[in-house]
Amino acid sequence: MASVLSTVAPQFDDAEQQRAAATLGMWIFLATEILFFGVLFAAYTLTRVRHPEAFAAGSRLTHVTLASLNTGVLLTSSLTMALAGHAARTGARRALVAWLGLTVALGAGFLAIKGIEYRLDFTEHLVPALNFAYAGPRADQVELFFFVYFLVTGVHALHVFIGVAAIAAIAVMASRRAFTPAYFTPVEVTGLYWHLVDIVWLFVYPLLYLVSRA
Amino acid sequence: MKTSYLTAGFGLWSWLATRDHKRIAILYTISITLLFFIGGAAVALIRLDLLTPHSELVSIETYNKLFSMHGVIMVWFFLIPSIPATLGNFLVPMMIGARDLAFPRLNLLSWYLYLLGALFAIGALLAGGVDTGWTFYTPFSTMFSNTHVFAVVAGVFVAGFSSILTGLNFIVTIHEMRAPGLTWFRLPLFVWSMYATSLILVLATPVLAMTLFLIAVERLFGIGVFDPALGGGPLLFQHLFWFYSHPAVYIMIVPAMGVASEIIGCFARNGIFGYRFMAYAMLAIAGFGFLVWGHHMFVSGQSAYAGTVFSLLTFLVSVPSAVKVFNWAATLYKGRISFDAPMLYALGFIGLFTVGGLTGLFLASLGLDVHLHDTYFVVAHFHYIMVGGAVMAFFGGIHFWWPKVTGRLYPDAWARFAALLSFFGFNLTFFPQFIVGYLGMPRRYPEYPPEFQVWNVLSSAGASVLAVGYALPLFYLFWSLRYGPPAPDNPWRAKGLEWQTPSPPPPENFLATPVVAAEPYAYADEDSRSG
Ligand SMILES: [Cu+2]
Repeated sequence: MASVLSTVAPQFDDAEQQRAAATLGMWIFLATEILFFGVLFAAYTLTRVRHPEAFAAGSRLTHVTLASLNTGVLLTSSLTMALAGHAARTGARRALVAWLGLTVALGAGFLAIKGIEYRLDFTEHLVPALNFAYAGPRADQVELFFFVYFLVTGVHALHVFIGVAAIAAIAVMASRRAFTPAYFTPVEVTGLYWHLVDIVWLFVYPLLYLVSRA
Repeated sequence: MKTSYLTAGFGLWSWLATRDHKRIAILYTISITLLFFIGGAAVALIRLDLLTPHSELVSIETYNKLFSMHGVIMVWFFLIPSIPATLGNFLVPMMIGARDLAFPRLNLLSWYLYLLGALFAIGALLAGGVDTGWTFYTPFSTMFSNTHVFAVVAGVFVAGFSSILTGLNFIVTIHEMRAPGLTWFRLPLFVWSMYATSLILVLATPVLAMTLFLIAVERLFGIGVFDPALGGGPLLFQHLFWFYSHPAVYIMIVPAMGVASEIIGCFARNGIFGYRFMAYAMLAIAGFGFLVWGHHMFVSGQSAYAGTVFSLLTFLVSVPSAVKVFNWAATLYKGRISFDAPMLYALGFIGLFTVGGLTGLFLASLGLDVHLHDTYFVVAHFHYIMVGGAVMAFFGGIHFWWPKVTGRLYPDAWARFAALLSFFGFNLTFFPQFIVGYLGMPRRYPEYPPEFQVWNVLSSAGASVLAVGYALPLFYLFWSLRYGPPAPDNPWRAKGLEWQTPSPPPPENFLATPVVAAEPYAYADEDSRSG
């Protein structure tokens, strides 16, 4: 019991209040994240409505196989994160560390595949302002598509990176017995964040890669 | 002597590393006061230059930079954090009977982010400034301006995160950490105002941050979604910018409404008339605020149908605003009013806010706005809200809670004089701007036809009076820190938990967690019992 009490910060009355505050705080943070990405989706929508053909043409140049693979990787990582939450609730420390480690690996895998994709984009001269070259019609608008593509996937990848770092830190804490079935709030709130990053990708993937592949 | 939060630790580090919401409030107060006077210095030069029809004092380029820096600093580095980060930080935990905010470390981080953002802005100012206006309209800001747009945008971006953290902290604290017995409808209206403001801070600021990020990217790489040459939309920028910047006005005025409610209840010795409606009205203002941004774009090429809807929705904001003004008036009615300095500021707030609100209806009318858009009428209107309303209430709040914060009393006669001087100086500065704007003088120009000179001279004269009104408190309040008589715990015989603890409060705010058993603003009950 003493170890549980020691994790309650002085401004809180008890562990329950502290857990409720942390969870609500994370939900509010997620709301700000949705508005953050909302601007990008608004920019996407406006540009696509104006230039549907260019968006279709640009989208066909993206590497949909890698992106589809990445969708699978990220969805699986959400599953392993949920299983980590379950392990934390039941006090299964070794399972918790293992699931968190797997989530980190999958997240890092996502970033690696994304990196390969960016490399391909670069060699195919698809990077706006850097080496963009496109022979077909509406080259300016196709370049604008790729600007939006790099913007959205870049901001998303940054979120994945932050998530991987956070989950790695949580995994280290877990291996040092920082969590008990009575106190595992960091696992919970990091999980919430990770699921949001996953959900955002579920919008990014069809909007950028599947525009004219239906 | 009891340990207060001021004597709980000494030395610079005990302040710079503090987690105490009360000390962080002081840190914020010092920093925003500094920025307020920097922003004020910029406008002092503007008003000097406008004394004559020709721009004799500064070049046109310098003039552009002056009004831009005035706007950027006053909006983002003074008005947005003003009441929430200072009085809000100090009072929210005290008013709900908590020991601190839910996340004290985030609170300190928010101050450092603010400071970093301010350093960017001041650095840009010293390096030569920015000439886009505070609105950063594209494509001028992204492609044509040769000034330090990037640094200023970066500063506002960073400061935005300080806003988000403050809002998040307040919402969680108010939800989770109220004292036993303190139900939602027993909360002081100031706490309600902080709650409504925090919702705006959390939901609007991310949009601003990402929009500024897009500007920065477009400046860096020369390509972006706002670039009309590639088929992007400059109007998109205006939509996104005002999606934040209209609600931003309510980030400034809703806290002022909260402060005014506390003061008016206390100095009218009367319960706040229609307490629940006052709370609902602030939530309604915060909510409507997200639906009216298009009224800044009536002449930007927005569709007439969109304009009509935005005009109608803007008119709707006046309903909860009027509810508040009527309820303050009803609170004063049959109250036993005394005119201490905080009350003078609060009454001034009501008057100036009413003028600012009513002239907002002129601008919300589609036809009239074509004539008034981008004239001094607009400048006068929003200064009545943001300076007449918000700053007046901010000063009122500082005077009201000064004894609690510092444990000292200030000379009341000087304070009343400063309040009256501010009110007089404010009206002399800005009322002529309604007239000269209606006559057709556009904003942001250093030169004007000679027939407008009389209004500009009146305005500049008013500005110097206003400057004295704003500078005076700096002197007597500082004086009181050293020479002022010690303040009792509750000098105004006010209700509210913050008055039931020593002045200045102990580090943990309350010697024992308070239990609330009464409705708020029980002034009428107590006075009828005693008299
Ligand atoms: Cu507006």
